[in-house]
Amino acid sequence: MDLHSITQVRRPSSPAEVVGWPKGHAWLGGGTWLFSEPQPGLDTLVDLDGFGWPALTVAEAGLEIAATCPIIALDRFVPPAEWPAGPLLRACCRSLLASFKVMNTATVGGNICMSLPAGALIALTVALEARYTLWSRDGAARSVDAAEFVTGDHRNILQPGELLRGIGIPAASLSKRYAMRRMTLTHLGRSAALLIGTQAPGRRNLTLTITASTPRPVRLHFAAMPDARTLAGAIRARVPDDGFFDDVNGTPAYKRHLTYQFAEQIRAELDAGA
Amino acid sequence: MSCTIDGKPVAATPRPGQCLRTFIRDQGVFGVKKGCDAGDCGACTVWLDGIPVHSCLVPAFRAEGRAVTTIQGLAPAEGGLHPMQQAFHDAQAFQCGFCTAGMIMTAAALDEEQRADLPRALKGNLCRCTGYRSIQDALGGVGAVQPDVADEAGGACLANPFSTGIVTGHACYTMDVAPEGALDGMLHLKVLRSPHAHARITGIDRGAALAVPGVVEVFTWEDVPRRLFSTATHEDHLVDPDDTYILDDVVRFVGQRVAAVVAGTEAAAEAGCRALHVEYEVLPAVFDPEAAMQPGAPLLHRKGGEGSGNIYADISGEVGSIADGFAEADILHERTYSTSRVQHAHLETHGSIAWRDAEGRIHVRTSTQAPFITQQKLVHLFGLRARDVHVFTGRVGGGFGGKQEMITEDLVVLAVLKTGRPVKLEFTRPDQFDAATTRHQMTTRVKLGARRDGRLTAIEIRVVSNTGAYGGHASETLAAALASPMSLYRCANKKADGFAVYTNIVPAGGFRGYGASQSTFAIECAMDELSQMLGIDPFALRRLNMIGPKDWIESVWKDVSDVGFGSYGLDQCLDLVERRLADGSGLPAPEGEEWAVGAGFAMAMLECGPPTEHRSGAEMALLPDGRFHLAIGSTEMGNGSVTAHGQIAAARLSARLADIVLINADTDLTPYDTGTFASTGTVVAGQAVNLAAEALRANILGFAADHTGTAAAEWSLELGAVRRGDRRIPLDALHAAGTGEGHRFQAKRKAYLSPRTVAFNVQGIRLAVHRVTGEIRILLSVHAADIGRPINPMQCRGQIDGAVAMGLGWALTEHMVHSADGRVVNAAFRNYHIPAFADLPRTEVLFADTYDSIGPLGAKSQGECAINPVAPAVANALADAVGTRFTDLPFTPDRIFTGLGMA
Repeated sequence: MDLHSITQVRRPSSPAEVVGWPKGHAWLGGGTWLFSEPQPGLDTLVDLDGFGWPALTVAEAGLEIAATCPIIALDRFVPPAEWPAGPLLRACCRSLLASFKVMNTATVGGNICMSLPAGALIALTVALEARYTLWSRDGAARSVDAAEFVTGDHRNILQPGELLRGIGIPAASLSKRYAMRRMTLTHLGRSAALLIGTQAPGRRNLTLTITASTPRPVRLHFAAMPDARTLAGAIRARVPDDGFFDDVNGTPAYKRHLTYQFAEQIRAELDAGA
Repeated sequence: MSCTIDGKPVAATPRPGQCLRTFIRDQGVFGVKKGCDAGDCGACTVWLDGIPVHSCLVPAFRAEGRAVTTIQGLAPAEGGLHPMQQAFHDAQAFQCGFCTAGMIMTAAALDEEQRADLPRALKGNLCRCTGYRSIQDALGGVGAVQPDVADEAGGACLANPFSTGIVTGHACYTMDVAPEGALDGMLHLKVLRSPHAHARITGIDRGAALAVPGVVEVFTWEDVPRRLFSTATHEDHLVDPDDTYILDDVVRFVGQRVAAVVAGTEAAAEAGCRALHVEYEVLPAVFDPEAAMQPGAPLLHRKGGEGSGNIYADISGEVGSIADGFAEADILHERTYSTSRVQHAHLETHGSIAWRDAEGRIHVRTSTQAPFITQQKLVHLFGLRARDVHVFTGRVGGGFGGKQEMITEDLVVLAVLKTGRPVKLEFTRPDQFDAATTRHQMTTRVKLGARRDGRLTAIEIRVVSNTGAYGGHASETLAAALASPMSLYRCANKKADGFAVYTNIVPAGGFRGYGASQSTFAIECAMDELSQMLGIDPFALRRLNMIGPKDWIESVWKDVSDVGFGSYGLDQCLDLVERRLADGSGLPAPEGEEWAVGAGFAMAMLECGPPTEHRSGAEMALLPDGRFHLAIGSTEMGNGSVTAHGQIAAARLSARLADIVLINADTDLTPYDTGTFASTGTVVAGQAVNLAAEALRANILGFAADHTGTAAAEWSLELGAVRRGDRRIPLDALHAAGTGEGHRFQAKRKAYLSPRTVAFNVQGIRLAVHRVTGEIRILLSVHAADIGRPINPMQCRGQIDGAVAMGLGWALTEHMVHSADGRVVNAAFRNYHIPAFADLPRTEVLFADTYDSIGPLGAKSQGECAINPVAPAVANALADAVGTRFTDLPFTPDRIFTGLGMA
C-alpha cells in the first residue's frame, strides 16, 4: 500500500553514507512488510538495495547469507550434497505464510528483522546456530547468536539505525541431521508451532529449537539424547506453561500441546536414526 | 523515473512512499486491482521484468528501468488472448472477476513444478467467488463453454458476456475511472473511526486537520442532516430500524465513523484524520447479546424502542402445541449451537465516487447491490429530488449481501454537496472488517421431541442474534432464521422465539444465507444428534420427517403464505448425496492411526425470494441492426444474473446471447429494481426479462403480420429474421420498415415476487481429523441442488462451488476475533483466513432433475442456499469421526484440540 507519511527515499550505495538515524527512518529491504501495513511513524526509507551484497556465499566455514538475499534465492539454492541439513533451507522458506511472489522480493534479513514468532527463517537460523552480523551507524560491527536476536513478538535487539548485515550458518551445523515438525491452523498458513531438532554427525546429542508457539525462539541443547521425560522437563524449565504465544494462529494451550507433541516426535525420530 | 508498462514507455515520478500498484493505476492502467493492499490476496499481481510480484508491496521507485507487465499487456500485440486468458475464458474461471487479473498473471507465470503443486503455487491468490474449482479447470485446460447458438440459449453453458473484458483486465470496476472529465479535481474522503466501543463525542477540534496542506473540508456530526435512516437496503424501508445518522455524536462500536476529511490526496485526507483532536466521554459497553438483554445493561439507542432495552426485534410463533408434542415424545434432544461473526470478504471493497454535473444533478458511481434503493435513501437524507440523483454501478467485484448496504454513498454525496467537487471514498481492507457489515452471530437452542420410530413430535428453537451496534437486516435475518429451516420438517408442533439484540460490536447485515444459515446449522446438527440417540440412520430420519411435495409449507406461523411447490427435488438430492457418500468416492483417508474418519450431511430449504415485497422491471427493444437491447435494473456482482438474463431473453427471442445488448443497474437508464439480493436475480429480475422478451417477441411478430397482411401466428423468429414459410424478413429490414411506419419495437414488463417457489440443497462431507493436531482434511464434498432447470448449468455449478467454499470457510477457518474492548483483532486476510486453494476440496455438484412451474424457464434461485447445509454437514461428519459434538463454529484445529481434551 502507499505509505503516505514517507517524504523521502534515500538510496545510498554504502552504509557509511548513512550518518545518524533520525526518528522516522527505516531500512528498506524487500519492502514486503513495510508496505503491508500503514507506517504513520515513518518519514524516510533508506534503501538497502544499493549495497550490492552477494546474496549467498558458500565457503568452507559454511553459508553466508546477505540480509538482502531474496527469500526466493534461498528457496532455490541447491546446497552442497555434504550438508545433510541443506534441505532445511528450502523447508523453512516454504514454512512462510508468504506466497512465492512475495518471496521474489522479500528478503531473508527482512523476515528476521520483522521478528514474528512464526518467522521461519528465524527458526532456520536459530536451529542451525547461525550468527548474525549487525552493523551500527557508528561503524561498529557485532556478531550475535541468532537465538539472542529476537526478544519477543515484533521485538529484537537492534538499536536505532543498526542493520542486519548477514547471517552466517556454520558448516558444522549444516553437517547435522535434522527433524522438523510444523502445524498451521489453515493449510499452508502461518505457523502455530515450528520445531526443529538437529543432531551432530555420529553423536547422540540433540539441539531442539522451538519457534512460533513461543513469543521468541527457544533453543535447548542436550549433550546426550534425553528421554521423553527429561526433554519435557527441559522445555518446562525454559517455557512456563503460561509462556506460550497468544494470537489468532492458535490458542496458547494448543501451541503448548503441539510443542510437547512435536518435541517428542523429533526426539524419537532423531533417537531412532542415530 | 522511466520504465515501461505493457511495453509502453512511462516517464513519471512516483511519490516517495508510493507502491507500484497505485503508480500503475495512476498511469490509467486499471487492470491492476486492490483486494487487500497488503500482499495477501494477489489481485494486484504484475510481472516485473517477467517475475510475478504483488505490486502493492513493491516500492514504485524499484520499477526504474524495468518492464512492468500487467494483465492488460499479457495478450499478444497482434490481437487475441494469451493462452491463459483463453483458458480462464473457456473454463469461466471467474465470477465477479475482481481477482482474475492477478490470478491469470500468477497462473501464466508458473513453471512445471509449480503447476504440479497448485495449493502452494496459488496460496497468494484469493478468490471469494469460485471455490477455485473452475480455476483449477482453467489451469488444467478444461473448458466447458458451449458455442452461442440461436434458439439454444436456455440451459446452455454460455460464457459470461463480459468475459473478454474480465480476462484482459479491461472490465471497468467501481474505482477504475481516471480523475478527468467530470471527475477532474476529484477529492478523496477518509474517515476517522472510533477507538471506543461506546462513547459520546464531547468535542472535535478540526483546526489542526484543516491546517494540513490539501485538506479541503472536515465533516462531523454537526454538519450532517439530523435525519435517521438505516444503512440496510430493502424495498420496504420499514423492515429496518431508523437508528443511524450519517455522522453521530455517539459512537457505538470501535470503527464507527467519527468524522470525514476530504482532501486533494488520500495522503492529505489521512493526515487530516490523524490531526483531528476528538474528546470522548467513554460510556459502558456491552458485547454479549444475553448480557445486553439484562435489565441495567448499557442502553445503545434511545430512538423510541428503548422500552424493550437493547432488544431491537423479537419474533415468535407456534403452530400446534409444543407442550403436547414434547409430552408425546419418547425421546428428547436439547442443545445450544452457535455460529460465528464472519465478513463477506468480497475482493472489491466498498467504494463510491460522486460528482455534480453542470445542471446540478448528482451522479453516484458505486459498488452496490441496490442502486435504486440507494438513490431513494440519498434523496431522503439530503432532501433532494429523485430526478436529481443518479446512482449506477460499474462492474461490481462481489457482494454476497455485503453491498445490500449504503455505507459509502451518503458520505461522498454529503461531500459533493458541501464542496461542489467530485469526491471518492474507497474502503481499505481493514475498513471492511472494522466498519462494513458482517454475518449475524446467532446462538440457537434447539429442542426436539420424537417417538421411538423417529417421528418428530415437536421442534422448538430459541434464537438470539447479535446485530451489533445497528439493526439493519436484524429483523429480516431473524425471521429467516425462524422460517425455512423450520418449514423443512413436517411436524405438527413447532415453536420459535427469536431476539435480535443490539451490542457494541461492528454491525451485522445481509449475508448469503441470511439468517437461515445460522439456524440451519443448529437444527441440522440437532437432527443428526437425534438420529444417534434413536439409533436411526440420519438419512432415514430425514426421509421420515422432511417436507414432501404434498405437505403444507409452514414454519411457526399460521398465516397464509404465498410459498408453494413450483417443483420438488429434495428426495432426489438426498438420494444423490447418500449414494455418493456410500460409493467410495473421494480421497482415501490419510495413513496413520491418529486420523479419524467420519461422514455426515445436512440439508436446507430456501424460499425463493423474501417474504417482503421485491420487484423488478425490464425493458427490451429491437435495435436497428437487428440485435436486441435489454435494460434491467438488477445488479450484477459476479452472481451471473446478467448472463442468465441475457440467456432468458435470447431463448425467448430465438437469438444468441451475443445478440442481446445488455445494460443494467442504472437509475437513469434501466427500469426500477429493488436490488440483487434475497435470491431474486433469476426469479424476479429474470422473470421481468422473460415477460419483456415475450412481449417484444409478440410485438415483432405482430408487426411482421400487419406489415404483410398475414396472421401473427404464422410468423416465427429465427436468428436475425422473422419467417413465415419461405418468406424471411431480416430483423434490420423489419426494423427499418416498422420505424418508417411509426411502429415502435419496444416492450417493458415488471415482475413481482409472488408466488414463491422453494429450492433445496443437500451437502455431504467425508473428512479425516487428526487426533493430535486437530487438522481436518475434507476427503469428499458432494452437493446436490434442486434449483429447477439451470439456465446456465456451468454458471450454476460455479455459484454452488462458491457457496460451498464460503460455507467451508465459515465451518473451518473464518472467525472475526474481538479484543476485550470490542476491537477487531484480525482485520486482514493474513489473520482472517478466507479459504485459499489449499483449503478447499473439489466439490462434486449434482442437480436434481426438476422443472419449476413458477420460476422463469423452469429455473429457481441458486446463488444463496447452497451455503446453508455446508457447516452442519461438516459438524456432523466431525461428530461421526471423533464421537464428540462440536457446537460452535468454526472448527479450527485449536478448538478441536480443546473439544477433544487432547492435552
